Amino acid sequence: MNEIVEQVNYDELIPNNVELADDRRLKRALEQWQPKFKDWWLDMGPEGFQAAQVYLRTAVGVDPKGWAKFGYVKMPDYRWGILLAPKVEGREIPFGAHKGEPAWQEVPGEYRAMLRRLIVIQGDTEPASVEQQRPLGATAPSLYDLRNLFQVNVEEGRHLWAMVYLLQKYFGRDGREEAEMLLQRRSGNADKPRILGAFNEETPDWLSFFMFTFFTDRDGKMQLESLAQSGFDPLSRSCRFMLTEEAHHMFVGETGVGRTIQRTCEAMVEAGISDPHDVEAIRALGVIDLPTIQRKVNFHFSVTLDLFGAEVSTNAANAFNAGLKARYQEIKLEDDHRLLDDSYPVLHCIDGQFVEQQEPALNALNGRLCDDYIKDCQGGIKRWNKMIAKTGVDFQIALPHKAFNRKVGVFIDAHVSPEGEILSQQEWAARESSWLASTEDGEFIHSLMQPSSAVGEYASWIAPPRVGIDGKPGDFEYVQLA
Amino acid sequence: MSVVQPIRQHLIDPEICIRCNTCEESCPIDAVTHNDDNYVVDADKCEYCLHCIAPCPTGAIDNWRSVSQPYSLEEQMEWEELPPERQREETDAEPASEASEAEAAGILEIAHAGQGSSVVPPSSAAEPYINVYTRAQPAIARVMGNRRITEDGTESDVRHIVLDFGSTAFPFLEGQSIGIVPPGTDERGRAHAIRLYSVASPRDGERANHNNLALSVKRVVYTENGEEVRGLASNYLCDLERGAEVKVTGPFGNTFLMPNHPEANLIMICTGTGAAPFRAMTERRRRYFSNASGKLLLLFGARTPGELPYFGPLNKLPERLIDRQLVFSRLPGQDKEYVQDRMRKHADVLAEYLKDENTFVFICGLKGMEQGVDEAFAEICQNHELDWSELSTQMQAAGRYHVETY
Repeated sequence: MNEIVEQVNYDELIPNNVELADDRRLKRALEQWQPKFKDWWLDMGPEGFQAAQVYLRTAVGVDPKGWAKFGYVKMPDYRWGILLAPKVEGREIPFGAHKGEPAWQEVPGEYRAMLRRLIVIQGDTEPASVEQQRPLGATAPSLYDLRNLFQVNVEEGRHLWAMVYLLQKYFGRDGREEAEMLLQRRSGNADKPRILGAFNEETPDWLSFFMFTFFTDRDGKMQLESLAQSGFDPLSRSCRFMLTEEAHHMFVGETGVGRTIQRTCEAMVEAGISDPHDVEAIRALGVIDLPTIQRKVNFHFSVTLDLFGAEVSTNAANAFNAGLKARYQEIKLEDDHRLLDDSYPVLHCIDGQFVEQQEPALNALNGRLCDDYIKDCQGGIKRWNKMIAKTGVDFQIALPHKAFNRKVGVFIDAHVSPEGEILSQQEWAARESSWLASTEDGEFIHSLMQPSSAVGEYASWIAPPRVGIDGKPGDFEYVQLA
Repeated sequence: MSVVQPIRQHLIDPEICIRCNTCEESCPIDAVTHNDDNYVVDADKCEYCLHCIAPCPTGAIDNWRSVSQPYSLEEQMEWEELPPERQREETDAEPASEASEAEAAGILEIAHAGQGSSVVPPSSAAEPYINVYTRAQPAIARVMGNRRITEDGTESDVRHIVLDFGSTAFPFLEGQSIGIVPPGTDERGRAHAIRLYSVASPRDGERANHNNLALSVKRVVYTENGEEVRGLASNYLCDLERGAEVKVTGPFGNTFLMPNHPEANLIMICTGTGAAPFRAMTERRRRYFSNASGKLLLLFGARTPGELPYFGPLNKLPERLIDRQLVFSRLPGQDKEYVQDRMRKHADVLAEYLKDENTFVFICGLKGMEQGVDEAFAEICQNHELDWSELSTQMQAAGRYHVETY
């Protein structure tokens, strides 16, 4: 009961647990950056709700019990701060060529450029997703969902802070410039796009948002898990704390898609429709048919796999060897954590056939992370299918084959169906519309996106949650509209 | 009739859990584990530290069942949904944690979970003694009295039990708890877990300047699967005869303490035997500071007057000492009223108190009441241009907001 608790200093302009007050140079840099961040938030953050009181969770400490504090906040007043997981004394670098050496508290000179690049790429995704989701507030299916969207948004904002802290504290002038750039790039802007492709796609509707948080934020989780093991201790501590917040984003995605499926199945049962492919009749009920949901799964899963980069990659090998970026849950794996003599099977598509090839384990790290990711996704799919089975509807959602619709990596030239059939380019093109949502599907989904802003009201296409946030009921006033 | 000792088991709702691994990550003793389907808590390991509760994004983690046999890991991993809550009569409001396996610190930590981390005592509280007596070296007390303080014929059997420590020094403060060591062992030959009870007397004794103290103990009896389940420690205590010896540990608790300065306003909110610490604090004021400028406000809920512990003596206290708000949820012919309803009726008064830096809020009773009270405060603040979220954080940081719920 008397454990030492690291508190966050909220007296500062920038709440922090990194003793910012004692580092005047950094403090000045961050205080110069802060108004620019606010401007960015007002320009590019949630549209139309900056004055609303939102029932948000704010971190007030970094120990597990203290960090979640719920209360009404106007988003521009949210306390974005710099929060690192508590320092573990005597921590050692857990993998790579430097395994067993004390974790770095300063940037190792030889890896400076590589480390900066990792941090910038991670940092760039955070504001990007806020920008992508900016218009969604106008069509929220309930106040509960609206609140969840905003929680995701403010926490992405805080994750940006986490990365900017690292850049400004440890990378001098370059770091400050990179921090500026993070606020200047814009999702989908042709002149100054966000770094990763998937973060320049728009999030056109709420189903896409839920799919994005389920699939794409899960990539974020895998990346954070890998960086949380980093030999550069400040990065490790930042990412460890971010993971606790990231879990909420997984939650929004899994339950959002789940509730959509639930409502569809319920509506089908109520209307006595047993054929899940009777699309016209199902859509007439004001719900999204399961085949369309499957097509959305196919799209979001495949574009997210591209985010992992090439399955066989020397960049990943270098980052691992350098002790900067580990494998998923590195410290739970039982091997030598150096991988110099190990191999890992990577699937290739060669001459119209799938062939598994043993690659040097170091080079296959991206492929391995992809496989871990697929397994992680599978758990959510399984829950959705249980939900469908419970209502008696005969349909199963399935993850497409990992070679389906890939634009990056070993399958880039292959034409593979979701079931894993290798096809010719013509065959693939002919059947594409049955696998990926069409413009018409998009228009139908869009037509359902009518806002529900009365307390306790949910749009026709989505079921209320089983439990609310912070033990509150589904009809709690999660957002007080201004 | 068989007698089974219930255990409070920590479970994760498999339908709500999204397997994000946050709980497993935050558990300091690896009591959380998983297979491909479910995340589960090992009942043999879990020490109720609650590190996993706040970080869980879904609320799936916050599930508890009183069971006579804990569910095994294998059973839990197979679940597609939580097993139904056992049928428990509404009258049985006694907390299951009374029978939890955790020892004193763990029990208190659960009890105080409602007030976040880093709790501090009121600045003017006296320095408490803690952990003076242990299971290995308990204090021996003798029962000086044991009488029922709820009306005969009501289902709630609450006892006022006076323990005398003879020549053994047993220093305690209002708001602290003591541990009772039930005699004997369970069927596996292990000593029974220690149970904690709040002291109901002021620091100078149940009788002024006597080395004794009183407890308020509710007898736990309910039916599960056709079997009568009797809380082990509460029945042991309630059945004690005058003159019997009891092994006592403690005292425990160094935050839920009474402010000493007479300007302090005490808002005391409780149900059932949660009244014990407030009886102690009120009696301290009555004995030595009856002209204090600080006010006492008691909001005390029960089903009926007959089931409200200390109903008679409470009513005899002078009004200038204490503002008594006794609230009943089962009065024939009347609407149910709970403490939070009464709080809303007294919104203006409470808002004034909240604005005063000398105001200390104490909440003690069943876990369920915490949220209702918190919401009532939030609503009162909203209607009085106060920001509860900010204010409650400030009050907690200043040791002015205390929660002890079971």
